[in-house]
Amino acid sequence: MNHPVTSDLNLLYTDVEDDLRASVRNLLSSRCPADAVIAMYDGDRSVVAPLWRSLSVDLGLAGLLVPESAGGAGASAREAAVVLEELGRFAAPVPFLTSSVVATTVLGGGDQELLGALASGERTAALAVPLAATPWSFAPTVTGAGDGLSGRVTSVAGALEADVLLVPVAVEGGVEVHAVEAAAADITPVTSLDMTRQVADVSFDGASSRVVVAADAGEAAVHRALLVGAALLASEQVGVAQWCLDTTVTYLKERRQFGRVVGGFQSLKHRLADLYTLVEQARAAARYAAATLAEDDPDQEVAASVAQAYCADVAVKAAEECVQLHGGIGMTWEHPAHLYLKRAKADQIAFGSPGAHRARLGELVDLR
Amino acid sequence: MSLPEDIRRDLAARVEKLLASYPPEATDRLEFLRARFDAGLAWVHFPEGLGGLGIARGFQQYVEQLLAEAGAPDNEPRKIGIGLGMAAPTILAFGTEEQKQELLRPLWTGEEVWCQLFSEPGAGSDLAALATRAVRDGDGPDATWVVNGQKVWTSSAHKAQRAILVARTDPEAPKHKGMTYFLADMTDPGVDVRPLRQLTGEAEFNEVFLSDVRIPDAYRLGEVGEGWKVANATLMNERVAIGGHAAPRESGMIAKVAETWRARPDLRTPGMHDRLMAGWVESEVFRLTGMRLRQKLAVGAPGPEGSAMKLTFARLAQDLSGLEVELLGEDGLRYSDWSMTRPEQVDFTGRDAGYRYLRAKGNSIEGGTSEILRNIVAERVLGLPSEPRVDKDLPWKDIPR
Repeated sequence: MNHPVTSDLNLLYTDVEDDLRASVRNLLSSRCPADAVIAMYDGDRSVVAPLWRSLSVDLGLAGLLVPESAGGAGASAREAAVVLEELGRFAAPVPFLTSSVVATTVLGGGDQELLGALASGERTAALAVPLAATPWSFAPTVTGAGDGLSGRVTSVAGALEADVLLVPVAVEGGVEVHAVEAAAADITPVTSLDMTRQVADVSFDGASSRVVVAADAGEAAVHRALLVGAALLASEQVGVAQWCLDTTVTYLKERRQFGRVVGGFQSLKHRLADLYTLVEQARAAARYAAATLAEDDPDQEVAASVAQAYCADVAVKAAEECVQLHGGIGMTWEHPAHLYLKRAKADQIAFGSPGAHRARLGELVDLR
Repeated sequence: MSLPEDIRRDLAARVEKLLASYPPEATDRLEFLRARFDAGLAWVHFPEGLGGLGIARGFQQYVEQLLAEAGAPDNEPRKIGIGLGMAAPTILAFGTEEQKQELLRPLWTGEEVWCQLFSEPGAGSDLAALATRAVRDGDGPDATWVVNGQKVWTSSAHKAQRAILVARTDPEAPKHKGMTYFLADMTDPGVDVRPLRQLTGEAEFNEVFLSDVRIPDAYRLGEVGEGWKVANATLMNERVAIGGHAAPRESGMIAKVAETWRARPDLRTPGMHDRLMAGWVESEVFRLTGMRLRQKLAVGAPGPEGSAMKLTFARLAQDLSGLEVELLGEDGLRYSDWSMTRPEQVDFTGRDAGYRYLRAKGNSIEGGTSEILRNIVAERVLGLPSEPRVDKDLPWKDIPR
């Protein structure tokens, strides 16, 4: 095999992670009610700003992955993964993944002042790449020729919530990352499959910008950010799947038909047992992906693709089972199951589909 | 509580002392294994005096590593899996002091091979329906039990000196309440072992006929009528043993398919490639799930999560071995050998692709069918209602058969 696989990475949750989870869940329980999230599909986005402020500033999550030297908490990918599990559990419409994970990772060793502003929650950023971009095949579509940036990037996640965009720009000798004020770009919201992570098409027509990652480091920075995004998205997918499983089990213990609790029918019990098995496995894959990032383990590319290839489908499966096993109520606008179905299906495409990650793994593990 | 580093240091010192007193290259294998047991390095989570040190199970791997590096012989765990994985933890949990002292050391060293006399032709998934009778003869400490009946699917019975046995001691009681657990002597003249040939052509299992087999009361494990409770402890351990051993990446069934894929570019198609990679991903996730489960076990006892592992293990083994036969195309039409043999040890990934495909069919039946395991997960993990049990409160003798 290509490189040795570390066997002693901790895949359990630490006490610190459990505490972090409890405080995030506590906040989301009061500030992220399902009906307010459902309202986003009818254009009411009023839940987003106060919720994000509470998470980013009050809980300090915006700076979780940012080093203490730049004003962050200096935590690792393991803690960010636990936050994402909880955000997935609530289908929370906040730009944690896009700004606090992906954008801060791009900035990495770059512009420390902007990084500090992101860490404090004072500013929110998005990496201007399509949500479906994969770490290994991304190529910039924006150029910096002449006065300002020009070009177009479609289906960008987090752009609507961002006040600054981080734009990969093809230049002589590599890829630069530029910071552009959101007001200087043309950001067109897209009616999205998942309105809780609504994407936007972004155009630049002579937008003024400044370089935040230099040409010799830009490509690696973008690759790294997309890899971290893919790896940690798996934890969000676990959170989505866990909510679907828990909610379905709870419902089937209450719902009665034919004079029985329907959760006692063996056909349903077996489906839920299979779903539990999938979710537990997805958790192991997601934890491993996060642990390899936290330890900067050489296995992190394989771990990220394994996690995406697996967890993406588990989240979709869990959401589909949730709708089906709820029967008619699962099909309604009022019941939140559809939030998770739409999030899971969009997440399946984000950072590369499971099929794309399987193909990538073939290259990584010498099975072509 | 000592720090892990302190414990590891202590373990290293104990291993060093063992190796100094019994240099592996100059010591008889059995003598070394007995000494290792007496040094508490057999299974460190067992109590002191019984082959362990009473520390967390997770430290065992460190001991194994140190001993392997020193070239020490092991107890060939693959050949005594039933003793190690099922009999030992059950004896530890329910045995008398005398039973533990007498039985655990020869069990661990492999001097005494164990087999499991649970399933019967009329009691598979419904193990509690079993009909093998044990009748007490005499009273007090000299009492013996006289056992009659038929057991089936018994691996290693033809090599075993001892068996864990569940028999019916009270036919008047409801089925779960009238059973008792025994430690039987397979060399008793009333034990008749016959090979049971399976769909692969070979016979790795046996049928065991018990005719007036006598078991002293001192070899009863647990109280009379407690057999179900004791047997359940054994079965939990079985599922952990089947689903939960440490394995490197790309090992087991996926290794075989991957090997064929790499060696035979002529067989490759895009459709096969995606199925191969899906199987690779699932195998890796299964491995990680096992790793996570072992990390949990290092701080606690096996729970019903092992059932979920076994479900996946069986499905993966079947999918991947089926994929390999299909991938092989024309070569998949050929089979190594149908002759009736008695394999020394069973290797699910041994022989040829056709054998692996056929043998894997047993993975979702042995040690709890996948259907029963799904019930266990649904009821014990998710808390869903139990299956309706029409025979639960009837005296066993009145249940229609």
